[in-house]
Amino acid sequence: MQREQLESAPTAAEAWPDQIYDLLKQHGVRQVGLVPDAGHARLIKRCLADNDMKVVSLTTEEEGVALAFGAWLGGEKSVLLMQSSGVGNIINMLSVAIAHRTPCPIIVTMRGDFGEFNPFQVPMGNATQACLEAMGTLVKRADRPEDVAETVNATLRLAFNTYRPTATLLGQRLLGAKTFGK
Amino acid sequence: MTEIAVGPTGKLMRRDVVKALLENRDGMLAIGGLGAPAWDITAAGDSPLNLPLWGGMGGAAVMGLGLALAQPERKVCVITGDGEMLMGVGSLATVAVQRPRNLSIVVLDNEHYGETGMQETHTKHGVDLVMMAKGAGIADSRLVRTAEELLKLRADIHAGNGPLFAQVKIDEGTQPLVLPPREASILQARMREAIMGPEAHLQ
Ligand SMILES: Cc1ncc(C[n+]2csc(CCOP(=O)(O)OP(=O)(O)O)c2C)c(N)n1
Ligand SMILES: [Mg+2]
Repeated sequence: MQREQLESAPTAAEAWPDQIYDLLKQHGVRQVGLVPDAGHARLIKRCLADNDMKVVSLTTEEEGVALAFGAWLGGEKSVLLMQSSGVGNIINMLSVAIAHRTPCPIIVTMRGDFGEFNPFQVPMGNATQACLEAMGTLVKRADRPEDVAETVNATLRLAFNTYRPTATLLGQRLLGAKTFGK
Repeated sequence: MTEIAVGPTGKLMRRDVVKALLENRDGMLAIGGLGAPAWDITAAGDSPLNLPLWGGMGGAAVMGLGLALAQPERKVCVITGDGEMLMGVGSLATVAVQRPRNLSIVVLDNEHYGETGMQETHTKHGVDLVMMAKGAGIADSRLVRTAEELLKLRADIHAGNGPLFAQVKIDEGTQPLVLPPREASILQARMREAIMGPEAHLQ
């Protein structure tokens, strides 16, 4: 069993992680809150290498919503990166962004979504979009590489122009399902 | 300078503690954890420099972090309850790793969930938040029990050698409600305007 089969990440040939990074720069994002996912690994590396971005590694995803609120209070734009299981950890904290009208764009790599191997990923992956939408978050989805940039751009614009939590779900088809060799 | 009284338990009175911390604040931004700490910062004098929380339990410290990172020239003081801090105790690690010099976290520890009917929190049973903050890596983490220690804390907060964590043992008596505005978009907008001026609304 190969490690690459355990971790589903875009191949080096895929352009979309760099496209997301370019969009974060275009929008002037200065704070990046995250709990890692293999699907975000290259984007995280790009952000860490950027001295104009403050990358904040979080102990739980809900800290990320709090971070976005604090950043915006101080005039900085932020983005939150997580995998779909992390959406379960932010549900109540989204009320902070909703009540204050804080821009809170979230980029979610999906698990439990398309050919999932790990049973623990399925319940939350299946409920990710419904949970976000139940909490007033505008959700867009990208399942093909050529749709990623446009979709993430829409998510960033909706957040920063209309002051609310928004999310792009990056479908597991983009990342490849973890198969554990099966 | 505010006189810092002690209550029937011999512990510091929370309203005096908060008033002393926020007096002559020199532009210091304050975030008040949901419930009584939010009422406390309001009782000290409602201001656009105050962000009293009506929710987001467990998030106050990291809200302070985001703000402190965005405004490194300003002091940021998070004033919250022991219950609120315990819910987001991992955030002490997140804060410690970022090392924001301008951030202080002050826990008003009445050893209870005051707002919901005075149920005991873990601090009542010996859980030591100072040790947890130290373990997280906030080197200047301290317990405050006396007026003298509080005045020293105040001086250190204003000196800006953070990150700083303080667990202040307070009297558990409930204080009269002093409510801040409840429309949270106003709370956010007024602080942004206080920091950035009218351009805040054009960002
Ligand atoms: C996620 C969540 N859980 C529970 C509550 C209910 N609640 C509101 S205030 C509070 C207690 C806060 O206690 P503490 O932070 O110690 O403040 P105190 O009132 O004791 O000063 C609780 C449990 C809530 N608002 N949100
Ligand atoms: Mg308490």
